[in-house]
Amino acid sequence: MSPLQETQSLNNQNNLETSVLKPTAKYIDWLSSLVPGLLITLAIGFMALFLVLPLLVIFIEAFKLGLGEYFKSFQDPSAWHAVKLTLIATGISLPLNLVFGIAAAWAIAKFEFVGKSVLITLIDLPFAVSPIISGLIFVLMFGLQGWFGAWLAERDLQIIFAVPGIVLATIFVTFPFVARELIPLMQEQGSDEEQAAISLGATGWQSFFYITLPNIKWAVLYGVILCNARAMGEFGAVSVVSGHIRGKTNTVPLHIEILYNEYNVVAAFAMASLLALMGLVTLALKTFLEWKVQQDRNTTLEPTLAEVH
Amino acid sequence: MTLGYTLLYLTLIVLIPLSGLFIQTMNLSFAEFWNHVTSPRVVASYRLTFGASFIGAAINAVFGFLIAWCLVRYRFPGRRLMDALVDLPFALPTAVSGIALTTIFSKHGWIGQYLEPLGIKAAYSPIGVVIALTFIGLPFVVRTLQPAIEELEKEAEEAAASLGANRLQTFLRVILPTVFPALLTGFALAFARALGEYGSVVFISGNMPGRTEITSLLIITKLEQYDFAGATAIAVVMLVVSFAILLSINLLQWWFSVGRRRVA
Amino acid sequence: MGIEVQRVSKTFGSFKALKDVSLKVNDGELVTLLGPSGSGKTTLLRIIAGLELPDDDDKGAVLFSGEDVAKKHVRDRQVGFVFQHYALFKHMSVFDNIAFGLRVRPKHERPSKQAIKDKVMSLLKLIQLEQFATRFPSQLSGGQRQRVALARALAIEPRVLLLDEPFGALDAKVRQGLRTWLRRLHDEVHVTTILVTHDQEEALEVADRVVVMNQSKIEQVGTPEEVFHKPASEFVIDFLGNVNVFKGRLESGRAHFDTLAMDVPGLAHAPAGHANVYVRPHDLDIDRQKNGSQSLAANIERINPAGAHAKLTLLGVDGNEIQVDLPFERFTALNLKPGELVYVSPRKVHVFAPEYMI
Repeated sequence: MSPLQETQSLNNQNNLETSVLKPTAKYIDWLSSLVPGLLITLAIGFMALFLVLPLLVIFIEAFKLGLGEYFKSFQDPSAWHAVKLTLIATGISLPLNLVFGIAAAWAIAKFEFVGKSVLITLIDLPFAVSPIISGLIFVLMFGLQGWFGAWLAERDLQIIFAVPGIVLATIFVTFPFVARELIPLMQEQGSDEEQAAISLGATGWQSFFYITLPNIKWAVLYGVILCNARAMGEFGAVSVVSGHIRGKTNTVPLHIEILYNEYNVVAAFAMASLLALMGLVTLALKTFLEWKVQQDRNTTLEPTLAEVH
Repeated sequence: MTLGYTLLYLTLIVLIPLSGLFIQTMNLSFAEFWNHVTSPRVVASYRLTFGASFIGAAINAVFGFLIAWCLVRYRFPGRRLMDALVDLPFALPTAVSGIALTTIFSKHGWIGQYLEPLGIKAAYSPIGVVIALTFIGLPFVVRTLQPAIEELEKEAEEAAASLGANRLQTFLRVILPTVFPALLTGFALAFARALGEYGSVVFISGNMPGRTEITSLLIITKLEQYDFAGATAIAVVMLVVSFAILLSINLLQWWFSVGRRRVA
Repeated sequence: MGIEVQRVSKTFGSFKALKDVSLKVNDGELVTLLGPSGSGKTTLLRIIAGLELPDDDDKGAVLFSGEDVAKKHVRDRQVGFVFQHYALFKHMSVFDNIAFGLRVRPKHERPSKQAIKDKVMSLLKLIQLEQFATRFPSQLSGGQRQRVALARALAIEPRVLLLDEPFGALDAKVRQGLRTWLRRLHDEVHVTTILVTHDQEEALEVADRVVVMNQSKIEQVGTPEEVFHKPASEFVIDFLGNVNVFKGRLESGRAHFDTLAMDVPGLAHAPAGHANVYVRPHDLDIDRQKNGSQSLAANIERINPAGAHAKLTLLGVDGNEIQVDLPFERFTALNLKPGELVYVSPRKVHVFAPEYMI
């Protein structure tokens, strides 16, 4: 497992359900009945405090003044503009990183070349970079004082404090998501099936669409939903490059910041509730995909009765 | 062809912009650079960032272990939901977590109102920074530990029990040493992530220079004051530190995996 | 220390792993639990150890020297348990592994550092690994690891030593060596020992007594000689080595099978009916001519002369396959060739009438 890991890799999921572990020794001991309960209570308590409570507060604050106020928050044109901009940035970075992720995983899994492990490390690089620094590097390149600043200014082109900068920063921070899901999976699968397809007369594209893609579809989807969640929610990097021009360069997270700092709490949480909902859908899809992959594995590797006992 | 495209895209999006950061720093003399990165306000931000990240990662090491242990070892209603929820800090945009945590821990918040009479000021204080950094680091520890706990040999624990070890002894002498590499890795990942965190912290920290100002925010502040040189210098320091941490995690994992392979 | 298991049952979900099993092991005895996988032998061993609890049905009891230990935790039973996959602590040296059981004792019972060291060194000597004290489990071979696991179990001076397929993960040659070593060790230390195995050769070679288990029950308990030569059931004779089975009939104390008829004194009063006749390959002799004793005609199919016995596969006139093990001298004297018609005569048979219950 690479330490640059942002999320748990789908491929590393162990068979949770099949390795059901009972408490190791079921002896008569008052502790043994007490300890698990105590530990579980502690764990649930910690998660309730740190995870569930923040989730609840978002929706409760958003609806504090009733449905009317909640929906009124979305009538503000700058709110709409923020949603639109978030969708644009996501809509551009997602396909780009998807194509890149598949291409990179393909190149890494199916070919041998020098420096492969360096390449894998480089792909993970954006995860190691703080979001603020991810934004900063684009300011340094395209800002007024940056490398291309003067050149861009002459031609009246603006990247920083404009939509292109936001898109670039979003691409950067979501860069590794699809690739890092696919690389271990495709490496594990090897290229035997593709070679078989080619030997049977398939073209390269046919072997990709009929053989490769079906094998990696769940991992692709997994990478895409994680990529999407990060793209829609990115705050730090986008904040650096956006310039916070209301109604022009504000994405949803940036708009939330402005509303919150203006003490417009209901509106801020109303916008936040949209992103929280997106986050919950992401979690649900992620859990579903992990379950789905598990199912696929279990049907191919059904243990026999003899192995169970 | 795919390889060429991969390299081109990687170079354009990642490598050139990142190298720009270092090249910009070259414009500074070493003395200038040193002044930028060691001014009192900057040093105070390091202290807060590193200190709070460390405490947050340590809290996560304890509770992350507990959560991972419960998820792997016990079957209880709501376990699957709990397992899914662990990833919430990944899925929830940082700005959203930031305002949510601030609302809960501020003076009139759900929890803040009970802390206030005790003299504990959670939001707008270093404690708030720790809370936010604990929130975002939790999944790293849990997800790194889960497979390690799953791989624990049940028989080793049975052997310890048959040799007369009690629960605590079995835990301290047999289980903990075995999962320690994973625990350390999870801790380091949570720590590294916390160092660079911005969104969830800025709302709850209060951003008082020298007191509750984290390094990421200081970079932005410098940028807004058009102090590009200062921002860049601090960014380079933070970047080098997080690379160093991740490199040591890699070494750590390599070290332990070599050890493990010898066993297999 | 004597061990007694009384009427113990164990259920996992809907699977009955043990059905009302009782067993007595005498002080200082080495007993093997022998059976196919899923027969309940490991479950029985783990129940004796305290790693599993028997079903709570008021009947079952586990007695150590007459004392009921059913409610005692494994850590208080003072049993030495050796696992199939060693279960050594990977992060501890050989020395630390063996010392573990002494070091985790409560302070007032814990031996001094020097005493622990002496104890471990003497155990290392016993397992002939004195120079390996500082090594880690990963630096040992499988056989060495299992010896360390045994020493670790012996360190706590167990009242009983329980071994769960201890040699199952080792290759044939190492198994053989360790088996002999274990038997010699037992003769030295004389601790009551129960060993689980599915290898009949291992069970017969090592044990004072063998417990044959099948389908969650005990089929037979006896000395190796008894279970091999006087099998109590069809399962036992079938499980302990190769055997030929003939479907026959039992009529007024005589078994009829193929073209043969033999007296079966033990079943003299059994009602007439089907009977299975079991003959071990080495209890069959071959002749070119009928020699007066009862025999049946068969064709030689295959000959495998490698080994102390020549192994012959014959095809009886009615299509029955017959395995014969001939001493090599006898085989060379006869100079048999595949395809020849020969006469096979049994020296000893075991007859079981399935419907006949005493």
